[in-house]
Order: sequence, then C-alpha cells, then structure tokens
Amino acid sequence: MRAPAFTLATALLLSSCLGLAAAQDISLHAPASVQAGDAVSIQTGGSGKAVLYIVGPGQVVRRDIQLGETISLEAGEMHDAGHYIVALAGSSSTQTADLVVTSATEPTKVNFLAKPSRLAVDRKNAISGVAYVFDAFGNLVLRPTKVSFDLSENGSATRSEEATSHNGVAWVRLDSAQKAGRADFEVRAGNVSVKRIVQQVPGEPCTLHMNARAVGDRVELQTDPLRDCAGNPVPDGTIVTFKETYGGDETTVDVPLKRGIAQTSVPMRQGANISVATGVVIGNEIRWSGR
Amino acid sequence: MSGRLIALLITGLTVVLVIIGCIFPISAAYATPEGAPKPTHPLSTPQGAVEDLFQQLQHRDWHGAYESLANRNQFTEQDLVRDLVGSYSSLRSYATLDGFEVRPLHTSGDEAEVRAGLRWATVVGSFEDVRTLKVTRAGDKWEVAWPIQKEARVPPQVIPVNYLRWDVIYRGAEDDWGAQDAEAPHVRIIDMHPVARGGGVVLLGELLNEDVVPAFVTVKATLLGKNGGAMGTEDAFDKISHILLPKQVTPFRIDFRSIRLKDVDSVRMSPSASLVAASADPVIEIQDQNLSSAPQAKLSGQLLNQSGQVVNIAHVLGTFYDNNGQLVWVADEYANRALLPQTPVPFSIDVPADLAHEVSRYRVVTSTYMSSRI
Repeated sequence: MRAPAFTLATALLLSSCLGLAAAQDISLHAPASVQAGDAVSIQTGGSGKAVLYIVGPGQVVRRDIQLGETISLEAGEMHDAGHYIVALAGSSSTQTADLVVTSATEPTKVNFLAKPSRLAVDRKNAISGVAYVFDAFGNLVLRPTKVSFDLSENGSATRSEEATSHNGVAWVRLDSAQKAGRADFEVRAGNVSVKRIVQQVPGEPCTLHMNARAVGDRVELQTDPLRDCAGNPVPDGTIVTFKETYGGDETTVDVPLKRGIAQTSVPMRQGANISVATGVVIGNEIRWSGR
Repeated sequence: MSGRLIALLITGLTVVLVIIGCIFPISAAYATPEGAPKPTHPLSTPQGAVEDLFQQLQHRDWHGAYESLANRNQFTEQDLVRDLVGSYSSLRSYATLDGFEVRPLHTSGDEAEVRAGLRWATVVGSFEDVRTLKVTRAGDKWEVAWPIQKEARVPPQVIPVNYLRWDVIYRGAEDDWGAQDAEAPHVRIIDMHPVARGGGVVLLGELLNEDVVPAFVTVKATLLGKNGGAMGTEDAFDKISHILLPKQVTPFRIDFRSIRLKDVDSVRMSPSASLVAASADPVIEIQDQNLSSAPQAKLSGQLLNQSGQVVNIAHVLGTFYDNNGQLVWVADEYANRALLPQTPVPFSIDVPADLAHEVSRYRVVTSTYMSSRI
C-alpha cells in the first residue's frame, strides 16, 4: 500500500509543479468527513478529462472522469476509517482535498477477551473482561460507547458492570463468586453480545477425614465428602493419598475422588498407622486395632 | 600398478579369508537347515548346558530351548514362552536377551545347581532376571530343568468401575481472536535442589499440579554460568511422571553429565503444562514398600492393580528424603511384566550406596501405560 501511495504522491507533486506553469481551471469539492460505509459525492469543476484518485489507509480508488460532473461513490465503497487524500489530476493541473472517514457509530461486532477461563472461587478482581467494539467494516468504534459486562453463575443473580469504551476498548475486573461452577460472562454493546465461559473451581479442601472398616483381610478406607472452606465440593479426580505404615513397611495408594469421596483398601495389619492427605492438606490418622 | 595386478591381489586375498573362515569359524555363523543355532557350548558340563540354553533364548528359538529342557513334561512350550515374554504385552514382550552370567553353585555326581543372571535390554534400559537352575546328567550330556514361573491368570469376572475421565474442547480455527482457549493447568515447582554427582550436576525436585484438571507436564532446566551465559539445557525425560492428576505431585531428576556444580551460578527452571484428555484410572496400590540398607540399598515393594484394566507398562518413581525433609535422590524403574487386575508385581529401585545412609523417608508414585490407549 505504501508504494502506490508514494508513487501517487510523487505524481501529484509533479503535476502540481506543471500546474503552476500552465494552470488549468479545475475545481474539486469533497466533503470533509463521511462515515464508513456511507455514499460519498464529490463535485468537480472545469472541462475536459481528468483522473480522480482517493488514497486512504486501507484502499485506493481511481476513476477516469469528465470534469464538471459529480462523482458518486456508492454506500459501502469507502469502508476503512482513516484520513484520505482526494486528488483530481487534470491534463495540466491537480487539485487535492482531505477526506476523513470515521467509523460507524453503531457497534456491529465485539471481540471479547475474558481471562482466565478457569479460576478458584472467592478471588478479588481476578476475572478480567476486555471488549473491543467494531463497526460493520471492522473499524474500532472510537466514539465512547456504553458496554455492559454480565457475569451469571448457575442459579445465582447476574452481576453486572457497565463501562464506557475509550478509543474502542472497554474493560472491567470482577471478583470470582463464592460458589463454584460454570459462569457465563457476557458482554453487550448496542445490539451485539458475546459470551465466554469462566469456570469457577473450588479451592483447597478445608478438612479431610477418613473412616476405616475391616472387609475380609483388608481395611477399607473411605473419606467423607471433600469440600473447600466455602462449602463447595472438591472436584472429582483430585488425588487423595492413603498411606499405611506398619513396622518398616509402607503401603500407599493414590486414589482419585469419585462422586466427592475417595475410597480404597489396604492390607489389614494389627497396629498399623493409616494416614490420608491431598495436595498440601493432611487429614486424620487411624491406628488400626482390628475393629 | 596395473589393473590385472590389483585383480589378482583381490582374488588372492579373498581365497585367504575364505580359508581362515573355514578353519576358525565364529559361532554366529553356525546355522541348522531350519535356521536355529547349533550348540556352541559343550553340553558335557552343567555350565555349558545352561549357556547353550540361554543362547537359544537369545535367538528366540523357543522350541529348541523347550526341547532341550529336562523338565519339559511339567509344562508346555507356551508356558515357557509366557514365562519369558509374558502373556500380555509388556516391557518383556519387546525385550531382547542382551547377555547372561552363569555361576555354578555346586555339583554333586549327576546333579548341579547354577545361578544365572539374564540381562534383558529394552528401550528404557535393561533389567535383570535371576534364576537358580537345576542341571542333571542324562547320558553323556547335561540337561537344564527350567524353574518355570507360571504367570497368574485372572479368573473371568466383571469388575465395576466408575470411570472418570476428562475431555477437552480446544479453540477452533474459526473462532475470533478474542475467543480464549481452555486455560493451561497451573503447576508449581514445590522443591528444587541441585547436587554434585558423578562429576556432573543433578537437579532434584518435585512438581505439583495445583489445578483441578489433568496436566501433561515437562520440566526443562538451564544452568547459567558466572558470566550469566547458558552452560547447558536438559529436561527430565523419563525421570518424571508426565501425566499429573489434580493435586498430584511428581518428582523429577535432570542430569547434566559434563558440568561441574562449582561453575554454576544459577539455574533457570522452565516447567510447562498443557491440558490433556486423561483418565483417573487405573488405581495402583504400592504395597509392602521397604528400604533395605547399604551396601545394596534398594526400595522394593509390590504393585497391585486395583482396577479392572490390564496395565501393560508401569513406571515407578521413588523420591528419597533425608531426616530434614530435603530431597536426596530420585530414581525409577519399569515393571517388566504387565499388571493384571488384583495381581501383585514386584519392583525394586536401586539407591546409590553412598546416599543410602542419608535416606530416612521416601515416597513412591507410579504412572501407567496401556496399549488400548496408545
């Protein structure tokens, strides 16, 4: 894009110099500003043939025209927001004008960055939502726009925050909820909305307690349902380690939680010590006395 | 030198080499019409008979080996094959007999006893199978009685399992650039300890999956010199359990063989974790763990598969601590037999003799591989 623009600028400069030497009576009237996607009318004056150039950040238009007529660009033809140069090059002189194409005011698309997608419950300002507001042509809507962010967990009320976009970007920070579960994080700008999923997961187990009972020649071990300190059940799959120590021997089993509890069995040995732990949390200890 | 002279020299050399080959043949060149190797050790001694048997095993000539046994009426050829390579696919199935050592224990008349160590080579290192063999004289030759170890068979049954697994939906190519991918699991190095060992540097450590989803983990380390430059980068390779379930801890060991600890200024650790589909099963009980003392210190025990699936390969990692809870060593071993449901399989991890006296605590973890999931 830079090379044609440079060539065009050089051509325009040369034409201007020539124009000074042999001035031709041509005129150009372009609007100072239009909205992206709108139709544009450019009036020209003079006689004879000329070439109209419109050079902008994302596009270049070239038209062979008859001087004196009004040039119409159809709706949607000028779609990239930015600063354009309109140049009318006659046979011996050139006229230029500036044209600013602004983004449309109505948001048509929102790109939404929600992070993290998974976090522990009860964390302050831990969820970040950033919305980029675009018009139908992918231009950032620079005009301040109201953007609302809604975080709704299953069964609990929606938490909403509103922000005004600045240079096309709006953002918020929200706390994670006390209750674990999937939360829908939705952003809305105008009639456009985008949804992301944020998994709020339980924290460390708060207490870990196991029971033991004899089954044949083995001791069956089972934990109570594991919950974090906010009362959320610890997710299935979390590893719980049972350890039986007897004399110099040890038996260990790493068991995943299933349906909230971990259960396994170890060989029955009179006087054995049995302990349980998960991650950095240590549970109760049982000295097996045969009952 | 003319071409004719060179041709004559080559012909002469070939004839000489053929004559040498006929007079002094190498054992590997022997072959029966069926392709089985001929005996190359004298069967007139107990040791020779055992060595000859092992050579047949080396060539996987199961039939020849079975036919040479004194006690072949006690088991079938299939039993012998199952004893040597296992019934289910396991490390043994892909192992080759790399070498053997035969040591006569005693000989009396027509009977002898021989201790044999068979060294099997696998892609993850070698393992040794030690057997004590009885050898009996039969006429003018000796025959070996194979101490068959019949592999346990699991009776037909149904084992109910509450199967737990995680599946992952990743970001797609059609998603806009704002759509976040599923978050990578959060893992944390909870311990790291560099030690000088064998003229190199060994990094010992432990890694915790503090997330609620399974993680595929690797740990890479870069040693930095006094000038801040990188001296070397290595990773834990198989001295780590790569799949970590939530709240699971794995030890890791990274070896730098040619860097001295005194030249190292700092260490840059790079743990990485990615989200993977994984299963919470099978559950492996590690029972009767016992640490024997030096000079031949070993951490031994038995692996018991509490689930209903056959585990083809089990990797056992031992973490050893001193009485201050400081990491002293990390070592591993692969079980060479498949883990059948409810059937104990022994393991034994060597502990370096010079470190054994420092060890006061240990922790064992396993990771499992199943051919049905590969």
